Amino acid sequence: MVDTTTLKRTPLYDVHVALGAKIVPFAGFEMPVQYPTGITAEHKAVREKAGLFDVSHMGEFVVRGPQAVDFVNYVTTNDVAALAPGQAQYSTILREDGTIVDDCLVYRVEDRVLMVVNGSNIDKDFAHISRFVKKFNATLEDISDKIALLALQGPDAARILQKLTDTDLSKIKYYEFIIGKVAGVEKVYISRTGYTGEDGFELYFGGEHAVRIWNALTASGEVTPTGLGARDSLRLEMGMALYGNDLDDTTTPLEASLGWLVKMKKGDFVGRDALAKQKERGLERKLVGFTTAERSFPRHGYPVFAAGRPSGEVRSGTMSPTLGIPIGTAYVPPASAAEGAALEIEIRGKRISATVQKMPFYKNGSRL
Amino acid sequence: MANIPNDLQYTEEHEYVRKGKDGNAEIGITDFAQGELGDIVYIELPKVGTKFGKHDVFGTIEAVKAVSELFAPIAGEVVAINDRLDKEPALVNTDPYGAGWMIKVKPSSASEIDGLMKSDAYTKHIGVK
Repeated sequence: MVDTTTLKRTPLYDVHVALGAKIVPFAGFEMPVQYPTGITAEHKAVREKAGLFDVSHMGEFVVRGPQAVDFVNYVTTNDVAALAPGQAQYSTILREDGTIVDDCLVYRVEDRVLMVVNGSNIDKDFAHISRFVKKFNATLEDISDKIALLALQGPDAARILQKLTDTDLSKIKYYEFIIGKVAGVEKVYISRTGYTGEDGFELYFGGEHAVRIWNALTASGEVTPTGLGARDSLRLEMGMALYGNDLDDTTTPLEASLGWLVKMKKGDFVGRDALAKQKERGLERKLVGFTTAERSFPRHGYPVFAAGRPSGEVRSGTMSPTLGIPIGTAYVPPASAAEGAALEIEIRGKRISATVQKMPFYKNGSRL
Repeated sequence: MANIPNDLQYTEEHEYVRKGKDGNAEIGITDFAQGELGDIVYIELPKVGTKFGKHDVFGTIEAVKAVSELFAPIAGEVVAINDRLDKEPALVNTDPYGAGWMIKVKPSSASEIDGLMKSDAYTKHIGVK
């Protein structure tokens, strides 16, 4: 049993309970995994209309000072200097040996940089990057406990949010943000980002305003409250990595098919040398997506076989609600990583065939 | 609140048994069980003619979140299965005691059904869970 007395709650906990959400421990928080609507219907609502996620468990670090950009550039793999104020990027934080401490979003603001990290990794990430901050004229602060994060996702998201803000949302392109007013709340980071493959926004603001913004967004009845269950199936249909499943302390971004987040030419950064060596040596394994023709579906932890040999475990797996077929991810040797390569997954003692498929599995998202 | 009809018998593993006029037993999972499992996406059922003993695994139920085995509430032989569940597994979520029934069994011993929990005992059982 998880000791629930040590779990944190987001400012919207009571709202979730009142809606009849099923609450589970996740990333040290009591989080809604689904509402009475059910995961499949919540998933569909995001693909077809709009869903609202409370993801306030995510962590936020603010970096200030003349060398804020240089510091974040040093502790992440993507090129922060390439961002103009008002732009954001997806990135990874590495150890010296090239393994992934976390994946994150980096927001460049005029006078500071905001890093958004996974809720389960806040303390680990903060301790890790703190080791390097002294080298820079920059300060690092963990503001996770003060910030709420709502993700409004789906093809109707922009139309619905536009009614609650004077900020012209058509001016915010994918992976851009504007700090504006939403439902009367000032200084909301309105970010056109998400984890679903649909158009949508992530809103960061002071936690004390969470109920007000949630209520404003759901008042029209056009928005379906969506839990972590649908968040997982939506992101997996898009082949978006989840830390703890697809990424962990043993994987490198090159292995995880996140090479596009690694900018070797930007200058030195933590993990660079190790990745250069790994590139030279060649990869021993690579994260791939696969599908199966069976009705039983692959789940996290099921054994995987490539060319008859054990090849780790299923990292993520579900029955794709949109496609109606089982989908999953696994690390396999490069020889078995090409599209169409045959794998086997052991499901409750029985080996079934699987086929490597290029991700995203779902290709018709409103944000692609 | 979970619906627990008082004309059915129940097991600790959250199956229900409906005794038919022909003496056969209709078996499914309870409203409480479907609520706990969440959206059901696949149900593997035995073939007609399969025989099993009490507590044997007779099938598998896959929900989005978890997979569970189905345990035979009584010993017997499968005389019918609900074919609709192959295409529409969500019937178990929407109508567990009706269209979401799973199998019909000819009991090895007619008295075995009577030994199962009644609705009040099952209500207590899920209450203390």
